[in-house]
Amino acid sequence: MTVAGATRFVVPESHRVTARRRLAALVMGVLLGAATLLAASLLVVIIGYVVVRGLPALNLAFFTDRPRPFGVEGGGVAPAILGSLEMGAIAALIAVPIGLGAAIFASEYRAGRWAGAVRFCAELIAGLPSVAVGVFVWAFLVRSVIGSYAGVAGALALAVIMIPIVARTVEEVLRLVPSGLREAGLALGAPRWRVILMIVLPTARAGIVTAVVLAVARAAGETAPLMLTALGNVFFNFDPLRPMAALPLQIYQYAVSPYDDWHAKAWGSSLVLVAAIAVLAVSLRLVTRSRSR
Amino acid sequence: MITLRRPEAGPAVPAEPTPHGRRANAIRVEHLDAYYGTHRAIGGVTFDVAAGTVTAIIGPSGCGKSTLVRCINRMHEVTPGAYARGSVFVGDVDVYSPYADPVAVRSIVGMVFQKPNPFPMMSVYENVAAGPRLRGWRLSRREMDDLVERNLLRAALWDEVKDKLHRSGAALSGGQQQRLCIARALATGPSVLLMDEPCSALDPIATYRIEELMRELSREVTIVIVTHNMQQASRVSEFTAFLLAGEDGVGRLVEFGTTEELFTTPKDERTEAYITGRFG
Repeated sequence: MTVAGATRFVVPESHRVTARRRLAALVMGVLLGAATLLAASLLVVIIGYVVVRGLPALNLAFFTDRPRPFGVEGGGVAPAILGSLEMGAIAALIAVPIGLGAAIFASEYRAGRWAGAVRFCAELIAGLPSVAVGVFVWAFLVRSVIGSYAGVAGALALAVIMIPIVARTVEEVLRLVPSGLREAGLALGAPRWRVILMIVLPTARAGIVTAVVLAVARAAGETAPLMLTALGNVFFNFDPLRPMAALPLQIYQYAVSPYDDWHAKAWGSSLVLVAAIAVLAVSLRLVTRSRSR
Repeated sequence: MITLRRPEAGPAVPAEPTPHGRRANAIRVEHLDAYYGTHRAIGGVTFDVAAGTVTAIIGPSGCGKSTLVRCINRMHEVTPGAYARGSVFVGDVDVYSPYADPVAVRSIVGMVFQKPNPFPMMSVYENVAAGPRLRGWRLSRREMDDLVERNLLRAALWDEVKDKLHRSGAALSGGQQQRLCIARALATGPSVLLMDEPCSALDPIATYRIEELMRELSREVTIVIVTHNMQQASRVSEFTAFLLAGEDGVGRLVEFGTTEELFTTPKDERTEAYITGRFG
């Protein structure tokens, strides 16, 4: 290598990176990194705090016993856990088929005009304050049809909150399925509904599961609509036509109380709620992954 | 005098001497126009495809080659806003009869696409079994095993995949994936196989294997292949159709004949210009 050859590749003055640009890059890098750190640490701090405050409240009675009257120590939140499970299950049974159906219709059958309409409506419903959903269900179900606060009314309010989440998320996931797969299915001489059931939905399976988990997680934490519909209950009740306890209601009731024992139980209930959603998300992921090999 | 006879009432393939001698027509395309919304992509295309042959459709990009083959199995209309006018007959089926069910039409005409598209969540075995299952055939476990093995053999893929039948089809190489797609298309027993630039995503060796396979298969299945590779057309096909888009953007059939004639003594000067590489 000659010196002459090396000097040919000198960067001229006008093309050098200036000190000002170096500084700007450094400052922006630090700012953006700090924002990322802050966003991530919020999650860690909240979950960490709930675990630290909630763990001491957990014992066997917490999961098996019913709440005690004012001033009496002990007891548990078993009715709230069972109530949340039952109302969540009923809500999912209502919301998942409807949301899935709307998403399939918008994405597979009327991709153009209708997809926009479905998305717009879903966004409007998702944007409704959940307390308004509660008031609506209270006015139509609790006051007129059933005549009392009831678990099924709570489940219905939760379903209204879940439907747009399922519909919107699933619609987006279905649009990610390559159109080449649909064409391949149709070209094999399959009717469209079979192509959807056997090719489109299985391909989008992981995304659909995520949508359902997202909706269940959102509904599981809803408090306001349940106050006006399920009301809450300190006794065990599986009858969906009667008032039913739920974890968020229990958390609210205990958190605003003046007793330290109930405050601890509010933290414990929060931990149970967070853990239940995490377990649901992880186990559904595992189930779908093992099926896809 | 108005003719009251509907197109589907008479014999679908007219009982006249077939243009290419001993062979019967597998496909007849008559005055076919295809549209995307208001845009006409191909116009007035008429030609016959003899049974048991490979017919190539060549032409520059945008001349409507793909649109033309997609009209043969009514896949054209799957695109929103797309429709076709004219007639296509496959065997004795009037494909565009108002009574024809596109789903039934596609069951006698298989299709292989430009990009290998095995179903990613299915195994090699399930990919081949997909056609029968999607059509709701009820087969016993053994019948399905036989069908899968037979069609993987026909697609010259059996030896390479017989030990990994239950692995994902997406894990195969590009050329193997395309042969898997051919096996999948053959599994439902079509009489016609449409191939839309099946080798354009493949390397030369994989391309060679597919071309070899096409020659093998053409004894039992009539093949129509779209290609922008003229060497490929001359290697694999017995008949060639040359399509060209006019200044109005409408693709028309310029020349149709045996591949040998079309490449050595083209009748139309535009064909000659295209095959000698003077445009397109």
